[in-house]
Amino acid sequence: MKFKMLLALILLCFVSAVSGFGQSAEEIMALPDSMAMAPPAPPSNVRGVDTDNDHGHSITLTWETSPDDGAGLNNVIGYKVFRAESPDGPFIERALIPSGGTGHIDVGAKEKDANDYLPDHVGFYYKVRAITADSLIYAESEVFGPVQSYGQWFNTGRVPVLVFVIFFLFVTLFFIQKAKGGANLFVRRLAGIEAVDEAIGRATEMGKPILYVLGLGTAADIATIASYTILGRVAKKVAEYQTGLIVPCYDPIVMTVAQETVKASYMDAGRPDAYYEDMVYFVTQSQFAYVAAVNGTMLRERPATNIYMGKFYAESLILAETGALAGSIQISGTDEIAQIPFFVVACDYTLIGEELYAASAYLGREPLLLGSLKAQDYAKAAAIIIAIIGFITMNFGIEAFKHLFYVSN
Amino acid sequence: MSRTMIILLALVAIVFAVSWAAKSASLDDQYDDYISRGFLITLAAFLTLSILSFLYKDNPFYKFAEHLFVGVSAAYWMSLGFWSTIVGNLIPRLSVTLSAFFKVPHIEDEYALYILPDKVSYFIPVVLGILLLMRLSKKAGWISSWPLAFIVGTTAGLNLVRYLRSDFIEQVSSTFVPLLVDWQGTGRFFSDFNLYAYGQFVTMLGNWVIFIGVLCGLVYFFFSKEHKGIFGGASRVGIWVLMITFGASFGYTVMGRISLLVGRLTFLFHDWLELIG
Repeated sequence: MKFKMLLALILLCFVSAVSGFGQSAEEIMALPDSMAMAPPAPPSNVRGVDTDNDHGHSITLTWETSPDDGAGLNNVIGYKVFRAESPDGPFIERALIPSGGTGHIDVGAKEKDANDYLPDHVGFYYKVRAITADSLIYAESEVFGPVQSYGQWFNTGRVPVLVFVIFFLFVTLFFIQKAKGGANLFVRRLAGIEAVDEAIGRATEMGKPILYVLGLGTAADIATIASYTILGRVAKKVAEYQTGLIVPCYDPIVMTVAQETVKASYMDAGRPDAYYEDMVYFVTQSQFAYVAAVNGTMLRERPATNIYMGKFYAESLILAETGALAGSIQISGTDEIAQIPFFVVACDYTLIGEELYAASAYLGREPLLLGSLKAQDYAKAAAIIIAIIGFITMNFGIEAFKHLFYVSN
Repeated sequence: MSRTMIILLALVAIVFAVSWAAKSASLDDQYDDYISRGFLITLAAFLTLSILSFLYKDNPFYKFAEHLFVGVSAAYWMSLGFWSTIVGNLIPRLSVTLSAFFKVPHIEDEYALYILPDKVSYFIPVVLGILLLMRLSKKAGWISSWPLAFIVGTTAGLNLVRYLRSDFIEQVSSTFVPLLVDWQGTGRFFSDFNLYAYGQFVTMLGNWVIFIGVLCGLVYFFFSKEHKGIFGGASRVGIWVLMITFGASFGYTVMGRISLLVGRLTFLFHDWLELIG
């Protein structure tokens, strides 16, 4: 009896060793499923089209899930997407999608030397593989292709932007025409700008120069463009009063435009002889080195008035504090929200954000600028009306109005 | 140069030399190039103190640091511009021979097939750059206005669309907010009242502030009408909203500036003087 029991025990150990000895508990648990697993049905109806509203290098794929995904054998754990330049391959894996997935956007790089490069106007072939827990058991769809990617000239997801551009364009042109026709377009008083003439007069009386800082923006920043107009006005007054003007520049292109602006203003004032190029000069493109140089100028030249108009960053407070220490009247204006507080605390007058743009129109009184300023006001009125309508509709549970303003990337 | 200044300069030179020797000695067992490291740390500390001396008043040490900083940075940015923009970006796309000359890998023209013939798109900035340099000539200086007009015009046009989207459409549509959030009656509102950041009351208050703040802020920036009567009242609320925002922004940024000051003080007291661990 004991011998039989011993023999049975040895036999049991042998069977155990053959079937699963040395494997982890998880592997042993997984084996029966795996061994019993039948291949799933493949995904079907694989389709690919160029991705809409993009710059190319992207193909959108869709497919119908395997009948064994969430039903049937229920053994599909995901899908692998493969791409090739020929229907015969070689196919490269492009994505792994979890079960239930019915699509994938195959986005490649646009640079030719990138590993992930997906050229436009080249036919590609795709297939989708339904995978199971066992890497050897899977089912592949039929190969679909060829499909090409290409860029679109028009992004339909940005229609709201187009509508507003047309609206602004129309309103701007309308008011420019109106201003050209001699209509008196009212612009409310801006204290900061009224102070400019006063500050120039003070500098003339004191026999000290005016320091004009255009900020750290590039020549094409809107704040810098607005600043050119104000600089033109200041330069004209300076030329008329025969006061000194110092314009240290951070950007060489800004310096070039500023030189042209100041030169034109001196000519307008009938004083081309008083203009010399070095009144507008380049310092450096290093932010704090520029600040160090301008601070030094403030304390050595002791300008009567410092005007900061344009794009400013961390240097705003350093400049404005030094100017205050030097005892200058200071007028500032920037659309850089984070820097406005520093100008507010350290300057005598500050043009906040859009006031800077308005100032250029207010000073110039040119039909072009006045017309665009009026158009901006009408745009703001439109924004107020839209905000109120949107607010009301949202509070009545109507989401459709909000969707009108959705802009895709 | 005054006698006082000569004495002061001599004193600073002696302090610099002593500091250099002491710093080099302290780095002796850590680095092989301890003498040059000692010099660089001492120089950095000297320049930091020179710049900070501006807090007292303008002086020769500040002037020295300022001119050194401006000169070095101007040369550095010019050099960087040449090697990264012209040699790094332009030349590899322009010519195989030039790429080989500058020892940079040639890059194929990715736009050649669809828009312009091969390489042509890269000759446009070259031509514009040359035109910009024309301002060095008195006779042909006027030509430089053309590339300037191109730069200003195209970038302003591109920015119009970008700003219209991010600063106008998306901001206006963000004001479409519900006044009552998860509203289940007055009784429930008061029984569940709390001041949690994402709680019902704070979310509703935030929505009210957004809506009224945006509307009044827009009114403040309306230039075609005098700010009188109701319009003036709304405008005053707008400027209050702006000022509260600026105050918060000011405090936040000052904290950042203090961390910069702490960085410089740490350099002086830890890296240079080794007074703190």
